[in-house]
Amino acid sequence: MPRKRTTRAQAGGGSAKAAEKNGARSKSPLPKGLEYSDLVDYYTRLIQARSLDERIWALNRQGKVPIAASSQGHEAAQLGSLLAAEKDGDCFLFPYYRDLALKVAAGLTPVQTMMSFMGKAGDPYSRGRQFPLQGADLPNKIIQISNVVAAGLTQSVGYALGCRMAGEKTVVLVYFGDGATSQGETHEAMNFASIHKLPVIFICENNRYAISTPQRSQMVIEEVASRAAGYGFPGFTVDGMDLVACYEATREAITHARSQGPVLLEMMVERFMSHTTDDDDRRYRPEGEVERARERDPVVTLARTLIEEKVLTQKQVDEIAAAALKATDEATDIADASSPPDGSGLHDSVYSP
Amino acid sequence: MAVKSVIEAVREAIREEMARDPRVFVMGEDVGIRGGVFLATQGLSEEFGEDRVIDTPLAEASIMGIALGAAFRGMRPIPEVQFSDFVWPSVNQLIGEAARSCYGTNGALQAPMVIRIPYGGGIRGGLFHSQNVETHFFHTPGLKVVAPCTPYDAKGLLKSAIRDNNPVVFLEHKKTYRLVRGEVPDEEYTLPLGKADIKRAGNNITVVSYGLTLHFCLEAAEELAGEGIDVEVVDLRTLSPLDTETILDSVKKTGKLAVVHEDNVTGGVGAEIAALAVGQAFDYLDGPVVRICGPDVPTMPFAQTLEDAYMPTSDKIADGLRNLAAY
Repeated sequence: MPRKRTTRAQAGGGSAKAAEKNGARSKSPLPKGLEYSDLVDYYTRLIQARSLDERIWALNRQGKVPIAASSQGHEAAQLGSLLAAEKDGDCFLFPYYRDLALKVAAGLTPVQTMMSFMGKAGDPYSRGRQFPLQGADLPNKIIQISNVVAAGLTQSVGYALGCRMAGEKTVVLVYFGDGATSQGETHEAMNFASIHKLPVIFICENNRYAISTPQRSQMVIEEVASRAAGYGFPGFTVDGMDLVACYEATREAITHARSQGPVLLEMMVERFMSHTTDDDDRRYRPEGEVERARERDPVVTLARTLIEEKVLTQKQVDEIAAAALKATDEATDIADASSPPDGSGLHDSVYSP
Repeated sequence: MAVKSVIEAVREAIREEMARDPRVFVMGEDVGIRGGVFLATQGLSEEFGEDRVIDTPLAEASIMGIALGAAFRGMRPIPEVQFSDFVWPSVNQLIGEAARSCYGTNGALQAPMVIRIPYGGGIRGGLFHSQNVETHFFHTPGLKVVAPCTPYDAKGLLKSAIRDNNPVVFLEHKKTYRLVRGEVPDEEYTLPLGKADIKRAGNNITVVSYGLTLHFCLEAAEELAGEGIDVEVVDLRTLSPLDTETILDSVKKTGKLAVVHEDNVTGGVGAEIAALAVGQAFDYLDGPVVRICGPDVPTMPFAQTLEDAYMPTSDKIADGLRNLAAY
């Protein structure tokens, strides 16, 4: 697989406009394995994740959620790759702290999500011991022990090694931001994975900011993906605002990973919100940058595509949004009324029996 | 029964557990065809293949992180840190991640792994081949810490550590590897983690130690026996979980406690044991708790004179115990 820059156009998805110009009556063709029903499904999950994300931010301001990292602007990358992983059926995920949408779309219910953000006993990730959505969600094949950036990379490589030893064909997807690429463990993980040709897909959600530090202060290269060449495996830069492009790149990467070893996918995304609820990005982001980025909001662009392709009507889009909002409202109330973990459990599970 | 060295006992334990359980594997620097720099894994690559005896790049953080990830998948990795002094690049994965993985997932994840670490001085290793690193792990909930001093203990405890479902830091004192020999049963056996062993019974003074200095304590006890001072020597064997019962029982019997270790004195294992005795056996103490430990310098230095000056030798221990007996 040669190194290349994958874009939506190259991916063969085509646009509605192009289809119109060609006089095509049928819907624009989608990449291999993808149906429009998948896009409706994932659009619905995206809207649910966004709805929760926005509510969580508001709940922080109300003092009900101590801390949150938003995935707004990263969703297309997260859900596009997840869609490929789900269709494959034998993938395991090592997300990072900005992967709220990924974790929700992977199967976390709105109630579970809100329990986690409010630190309630019903938090499936850690039962209120960790930051929200941090720990493990094994039913949905997710491990994220900490938010020490890049620590999950070597663990994901070890997980892939363990799967291979157990005779399994599982492909591991590990997610991280551009900031994590500066860590030594990123190098160590990629190097080891390459030596042993382990089926690991390194997914860098590059939003060009490590909290406030811009990419130019983190590295001199333009594309993180170019580093893959140094490890002898392929690397691609993908439009991370395009769910279909991310799906296709990940689908190809899964095939490659299983047969030949690691792949680095750099998904170019936009961070719509501050680093966390404790941050104020107006201190360091140029005026208008976020507003311009929001023009490519996958919530908007994916809805537009689905309407243009006559897969959904505006009414249906509105219904999806209303249903998501209702679920968010209900989840908020349920989580808010639910119990925090009992203090008597402080000493539980320090050790495994 | 055959007489074996500590390194032979370690190797046997790994080999037997690898034969017993296909999930057990070894990874580390030069552990493959080289058999490890101390030959702890000699012959294992030939017997079990390169897939289960993995020569890693010289990168400790990833050795630990990859072992941890494999443990999450249900494997039972035995990562080797070539020298204790090289553990520091891996400490985030060990203290930061592995130790918190069970607690941080409310018990959903286990991290069954044994981190084998040759440690300690007295071998002219200087500042970066002599370090005592145990205190950092002893301080960390979620880790177990084992530090045997005889071949019998090393084998039985290592086998238990491999079967344990938690990250176990297994500290092997380098100087004991070939210096200390002892009988090891031919038949299968394990020893429980968290159980100290009274290596010498006595009635006048309790001295608690582990690792190389345990042998120095036994020498000192022999010397003092000729002077009519009857010393009980408690070998912790496992630092975490600490066998508080055995320590307290001994202190209640003798009324006097000394703690000996090679690691720096301040904030060390000895300080915790002193606090234990003062907190839970105060009424039984007939004298101050004495610590005969490594001084607060950054490690045992290279020159022989400096190494001697650092090491809690049997003479220094005997002097300390004499003073305590006379108190």
